[in-house]
Amino acid sequence: MSSDTLSLKIEFGGGLELLFSNQRIHNISIPASVPLDNSITSADSIPPADVKQADVTFLMHYLRETLLTERPELFIDNGTVRPGILVLINDTDWELEGEGEYVLKDKDEIVFISTLHGG
Amino acid sequence: MLRRGDSDPETLSVSVQVLTLSLRRSNHCSLVRSMAPASCALCQNAKAILKRPKTGQQICKDCFFYVFETEVHHTILESSLFKPGDRVAIGASGGKDSTVLAYVMKTLNDRYNYALELFLLSIDEGITGYRDDSLETVKRNQQQYDMPLKILSYDELYGWTMDAIVSQIGKKNNCTFCGVFRRQALDRGAATLNVDHIVTGHNADDIAETVLMNIMRGDIARLGRCTMICTQGEDTIKRSKPFKYAYEKEIVMYAYFKKLDYFSTECIYSPDAYRGHARAFLKDLEAARPSAIIDIIHSGEAFEVREEVKATQKAQQTCIRCGYMSSNELCKACTLLEGLERGMANSVITDRARKKINALGPAPDSLRTIPHYRSPLPVVSVEAPSHS
Repeated sequence: MSSDTLSLKIEFGGGLELLFSNQRIHNISIPASVPLDNSITSADSIPPADVKQADVTFLMHYLRETLLTERPELFIDNGTVRPGILVLINDTDWELEGEGEYVLKDKDEIVFISTLHGG
Repeated sequence: MLRRGDSDPETLSVSVQVLTLSLRRSNHCSLVRSMAPASCALCQNAKAILKRPKTGQQICKDCFFYVFETEVHHTILESSLFKPGDRVAIGASGGKDSTVLAYVMKTLNDRYNYALELFLLSIDEGITGYRDDSLETVKRNQQQYDMPLKILSYDELYGWTMDAIVSQIGKKNNCTFCGVFRRQALDRGAATLNVDHIVTGHNADDIAETVLMNIMRGDIARLGRCTMICTQGEDTIKRSKPFKYAYEKEIVMYAYFKKLDYFSTECIYSPDAYRGHARAFLKDLEAARPSAIIDIIHSGEAFEVREEVKATQKAQQTCIRCGYMSSNELCKACTLLEGLERGMANSVITDRARKKINALGPAPDSLRTIPHYRSPLPVVSVEAPSHS
């Protein structure tokens, strides 16, 4: 199981792309099983009790560690997205999908949009 | 229940109220997180794609478009913002709020026969890498929405771009200049378009933020005014905020689902730090309780400002130099411009510094001034289109 990977399409909008090399769309692969503590080490080397299925909370940490190029505090705050950032999972408000606890599936599309920029 | 195609304003207003009330109630019991894809609480048919922050209700895309637009329509009707034949300028920055406002104004004008003449009015502050890019967005909006566009620049009006101002005064007080100059530029742009009314994209979050800021600053007179949907001085063009009750989250979601073309970059000069704190605080409150935004606006509206406090506002007069309305002999823009021209821009921010500049003697004749302001004449004859 732990060797399975998920292909995801990540999109940033509303100015958030500026924190991610000014690139709106990123196609990424992440492991299906990941450490419970959201670190990006391989889940193979840790006890099964400390492993979970990859969820959106893991994805946010993964994005921060791998793709974010500047000002991490503008993306994650207190373990979740900074207030004012909207998240859509397959074009649905993540508040309807369990927010960070949503378990990712192969080919999921996750969009992060900042509402904090400009009027 | 709301039905698409329901166009009788009275029925509509009642149903919107009922809707809001019933949703408020359901909000309190929606703490249980539902994981299964919910169906729309309004049409019960399609898959819900959005949880409304105002009400907690889960709704589908089509119902979202419909309730969002209908609530703005309702806001417009309740406050009698427009009358048939009005010429209305949409203050357009190319950002999310004004882009959605232009789209929704056009939609409602067509759907409900407001019979308004709509214009886009943009102010070019002269900020390279920021406003020049966002104005490209406005120019595309002009094509997409088929509305006449007027761009007025600080450079043509004041002889100074913000880039030039910042290079003289630095980043510390530049928002003061920009704010004063933009306000007057919008009025002057509107006057050349001969419009009756300027609408701006200020949303519920912006207004709640301003309520908080006025409380934190103890600015009670402004607190009493800042929640008003429409403001009009004696000599000014009417200004209003049709998005007064629209949540930023819904505006951004609306733009996303409608795939509207907007520009989102922070101004490259130091943002208003105080507002930034108010905004971060408000967003934290919203995360804990989404109704906080509308609740704060309600609090602002409920304050009763004593007449003595209101009276501390100075009487309005006309600027002796440029003719724009002012609470002093010289309007704020002329004062700031004089400071720039005399190389003492930082000293015109406070009254004490102003006295210092006055002590240097009168402004030299060679000083650049703002063209004389002529308030727009009332539109002489409007062929009122039939309003159904």
